[in-house]
Amino acid sequence: MRPTRRTPDNPRLPFPARPCTGPDTVGDHARTERRPHTISLYAQLVRYGFRKHATYLAGALAGAFTNSVFGILRAYILIALWQARPGLAGYDVADAITFCFITQALIAPMQLFGGGLTIPERIRSGDIALDLVRPAPLQLWSLAEDLGRAAFLLLARGLPPMLLGAVLFGIVTPTGVTRWAGFLAGLLLAVLTSFGWRYLVALSVCWLVDDRGVSVVSMVLTTFFSGMMLPLTIFPGWLGELARALPWAAMVQAPADLYLGKAPLLDTLALQAFWAATLIGLGAAATRAIRYKVVIQGG
Amino acid sequence: MVRTYLLLAWTWTRAAAAYPASFWLLVVFGCVTGALDLAVILVVFANTTTLGGFSRDEVLFLYGAANLAFTLCDLFVSNLDRISQHIKAGTMDTFLIRPVSPWIQIATDRFVPARFGRVVLAGAVLGYALGALDLDGRRLWMIPVMVGTGIVIFTALWTLAGALQFLLTDAPEVTSAFTYGSQQLTQYPLNVYGRDLVRGATYVLPLAFINWQPGLYVLGRDDPFGTPGFMRFLGPAAALVLALLAGLAWRQGIRRYRSTGS
Repeated sequence: MRPTRRTPDNPRLPFPARPCTGPDTVGDHARTERRPHTISLYAQLVRYGFRKHATYLAGALAGAFTNSVFGILRAYILIALWQARPGLAGYDVADAITFCFITQALIAPMQLFGGGLTIPERIRSGDIALDLVRPAPLQLWSLAEDLGRAAFLLLARGLPPMLLGAVLFGIVTPTGVTRWAGFLAGLLLAVLTSFGWRYLVALSVCWLVDDRGVSVVSMVLTTFFSGMMLPLTIFPGWLGELARALPWAAMVQAPADLYLGKAPLLDTLALQAFWAATLIGLGAAATRAIRYKVVIQGG
Repeated sequence: MVRTYLLLAWTWTRAAAAYPASFWLLVVFGCVTGALDLAVILVVFANTTTLGGFSRDEVLFLYGAANLAFTLCDLFVSNLDRISQHIKAGTMDTFLIRPVSPWIQIATDRFVPARFGRVVLAGAVLGYALGALDLDGRRLWMIPVMVGTGIVIFTALWTLAGALQFLLTDAPEVTSAFTYGSQQLTQYPLNVYGRDLVRGATYVLPLAFINWQPGLYVLGRDDPFGTPGFMRFLGPAAALVLALLAGLAWRQGIRRYRSTGS
């Protein structure tokens, strides 16, 4: 049999058979096509973040149960305090009870005990190198997933404590479109601030290797200075003024005050927007910095 | 049993001591986390002089006594929580084939010696409150009894929580409401809570005997809910009943366990 002459190109293949050329190559160089940052990609990621957490519905409802129990216990403390000091911080007893259940409802969406991002594990395993070469920026990608997570947890772990609080104690609800709109805007900015903070904490693993220390410090700061344990409005003197200006106040105290209508709308939203922008800006800078750091860490 | 427990705990302590910097950081951070609840009490009393008729130092006494028992249990038995992870991962089987009680093995699993910092903190608060309050010296014998009772009750709660994990593998967080919820409940005088809640915490789960009923005796006060005086001394009996029930539940749980994949 006569040997067939090898042709340089196999006609059945859609591209030339030269080993160094192919789709997305220019000459011998691979050409990474930057996909346009379409809205639809991030909308998909938000949806995936939602669905990823929706898989663990039983776990979320168990968490909601625990949050509700703590809500009841803390509500009684606040009732006793407001009976001793009626009108403290401009709240009446019903406002204080509502505040208590809002804080319990926000624990999961704002991830007040930390976590929620997979970045620390991915930095330790080196997988982060993959995330950094994706044609979508790491920070925006994580943010989209985190918004989906927050949306699911707001429904699954936020609504049950609020409903229980309404049944057992009676809670106040905002009246008027402006207050609802202000509250929803505050909620979104709170999630952005919370993400901005947790993203920085997560990236710190790149420099510190062990994230336990930072996580504990972050948890202490977040639970105490967000208003989760007590309204920041009753913190005494300079401690109160400091606490109300720090970024953690934007995560719980600000949306709760917007819900209750106890804070000036625009000032509160401005403070939240300031902290969200600052933390996310710092996160962007840190993302650039880890591009140089990650080679050592994951290599 | 005690020797095996100490041996296993010592093994984990030596493992932790291999990284001394990390160990001391964990001690400090543990204290700070534990101090948060204390900070909440201090902020509350920065706004008022009495809460439910009790002064700051009286609340600190109740907090210190309950938390001394709680932190000791947190140090020595709270790892029973981790059983759900072992059930899910299938590592529970290895505990069952070893010649040591699975309860002891799981209680000491990843023993965190750094938690002793919180015990010191709780003890310090109790010591401060005892110094600040002018108490009747003939009633102080009750304090070691109430701390002992508290230790038995919290240990029983954690054992019950561990036993429940055999049923609730998908939702282990439910039990935190009872273990950590009890800690939250006992930090304040029980009369700030609703009457029905306190009834439940007295006759269903005997949480009132951790520090409330014996604490009233030490402080020389009547129960605002009007329970009779002999209730102040029922703590050890209630703790014993709960411990027996917890032991039974734990055995049932182990018996029900059918390994992963079944």
